[in-house]
Amino acid sequence: MDAVAALPALELPARRAAVRPVTTEPAWVRRTLIALALAFFGLFLLLPLLAVFVEALRKGWAVYLAALVEPDALAALKLTLLAAAIAVPLNLVFGVAAAWAIAKFSFRGKALLLTLIDLPFSVSPVVAGLGLVLLFGGSGWFGAWLAAHEVKILFAVPGIVLATVFVTFPFVARELVPLMQAQGREEEEAAVVLGASGWRTFWHVTLPNVKWGLLYGVILTNARAMGEFGAVSVVSGHIRGQTTTLPLHVEILYNEYQFSAAFAVASLLALLALVTLVVKHAIERRGDFAALRRGSRT
Amino acid sequence: MSIEVRHICKRFGAFTALDDVSLAFPDGELVALLGPSGCGKTTLLRVIAGLEQSDSGQVLFDGEDASDTHVRERRVGFVFQHYALFRHMSVFDNVAFGLRMKPRRERPSEAEIRRRVMALLELVQLDWLADRFPSQLSGGQRQRIALARALAVEPKVLLLDEPFGALDAKVRKELRRWLRRLHDELHVTSIFVTHDQEEALEVADRVVLMHRGRVEQVGSPEEVYHHPATPFVYDFLGSVNRFEGRVEESGVRVGEALLLHEAPLPAGEAVIAFARPFELDIVPAESDRGVPARVARILAFGASARVELDGEGEPARRFEVELPRERCTALGLTPGQPVRLVPARLRVFAVE
Repeated sequence: MDAVAALPALELPARRAAVRPVTTEPAWVRRTLIALALAFFGLFLLLPLLAVFVEALRKGWAVYLAALVEPDALAALKLTLLAAAIAVPLNLVFGVAAAWAIAKFSFRGKALLLTLIDLPFSVSPVVAGLGLVLLFGGSGWFGAWLAAHEVKILFAVPGIVLATVFVTFPFVARELVPLMQAQGREEEEAAVVLGASGWRTFWHVTLPNVKWGLLYGVILTNARAMGEFGAVSVVSGHIRGQTTTLPLHVEILYNEYQFSAAFAVASLLALLALVTLVVKHAIERRGDFAALRRGSRT
Repeated sequence: MSIEVRHICKRFGAFTALDDVSLAFPDGELVALLGPSGCGKTTLLRVIAGLEQSDSGQVLFDGEDASDTHVRERRVGFVFQHYALFRHMSVFDNVAFGLRMKPRRERPSEAEIRRRVMALLELVQLDWLADRFPSQLSGGQRQRIALARALAVEPKVLLLDEPFGALDAKVRKELRRWLRRLHDELHVTSIFVTHDQEEALEVADRVVLMHRGRVEQVGSPEEVYHHPATPFVYDFLGSVNRFEGRVEESGVRVGEALLLHEAPLPAGEAVIAFARPFELDIVPAESDRGVPARVARILAFGASARVELDGEGEPARRFEVELPRERCTALGLTPGQPVRLVPARLRVFAVE
């Protein structure tokens, strides 16, 4: 009985330490900060997203589904997926090559290349679109030549793909450069001394070390490729069923006062984004888990 | 395999890392490249490995010019300062890497690889760690795995860059004895880089002292320690006491005092004279010999006592004397007491 009676007395100091550890801020500070963050999150992120789904379903499931299976919407979905399917692998290869070059070698113009990679981030997508128009438009630099050879870039699928590639250019490289720089060159040097060829060094040593960062970069690239509006809007020409991507299709429907249909397609876009985020989250957890597993098995 | 480097020069921008270095490393020896940081020792090691291209000069393996041989074909084992283990691979896969990277016709079977990797892990006494990842190992274990990985491809030379640099003092001592024993077993020509003179003197067959991209002296540990060729070598290989003076007929005149020494230099020449702490004796201030100094601190633990002294003049020169504890007690030294220092042995260099 004595031992049982002594127990709460022993626990008390521990519990008090948990309530007010010396290193944390007072409770009201913590609560205010959390409340602020949550309120902001709810008001500016969650509420609009919720509104999209509510509006989309306002006239019922039948109207919602009809808007999605309508031929123009399906064509827009196809085009969006196509643009992403081309932009993502292209920028994956480019991003890895650029990050490799920047992180592992020193050469003239390295700082310039690093700055150029950020260009699509700093330039407005509309400007990027206009740039393409100036190059490939009817009165553009290559316009006459393209017209003579009957190649259509502007107001056609190639233009949309080009614009998408441009705006999603930096994601993979940006993700990899700091990671590769932090890891240094020693492991690669060790591999080469052990007789590995350049390609096998890359495949067996460099790539496994950056795979989680790489996947993360790909996911961000994909999210942006599917959601891009500005640059694509300039070069698309808005030909329904032919050169409209999902974001453009939403705009067209909205401008035609077909609110339910517009919100339905928008919700599809939002769902694609949510799927991307879920995949990203799963990958991050696996990355953490793998690191944890390696770190803790002592 | 013997290694020779001839007239190697290497610059990084305005910095000269190696300035016309020529050296020969005989077959089967364990050689230390010793020098302060920035002296070019690591660069020389990397040039020999082929990880760095020299601006001019040649690297010869067994008398054959290997300067244009790619690092992949040089068959060197390289142990990096921070080990550079592949962090996503298990210890086993790390050691097996070199064997698996061999061209298909030279590659051993997976069973043979397994046998050889386990034999190497036994050699470095870590076979029980085969399934671990590098992040789960201690520094000393990582170092030994890095060594096993380098040995897996049966290198003709083994190059180690500051092999014990990142380890704590105790592990360091153990590992360097272990490396010496390992070398006696394998007899593969080995070169290791270090800035720790104790390490170099204890482990190596021969020591190469480097300073500002040049070779200062090459010799056995005894040779370089007892017969240093330059003031730098003398200074670098342990604590020293330094006297500045002028050569006279029967010794070196330092201030008022005359230190007896058979100087091989002409009288009148300005010189720097060195004596190790154990080569100095302390005599009472009334004595007519020796350089005046004042006791600053007495550290008496162990078999010998260490006495720190301040010399005369501004800024005061510091001296350090090591003498048997009994002698220290007999002298009855106290801090602040004036005494005189008499060197039993001096090493005299002309002022450059």
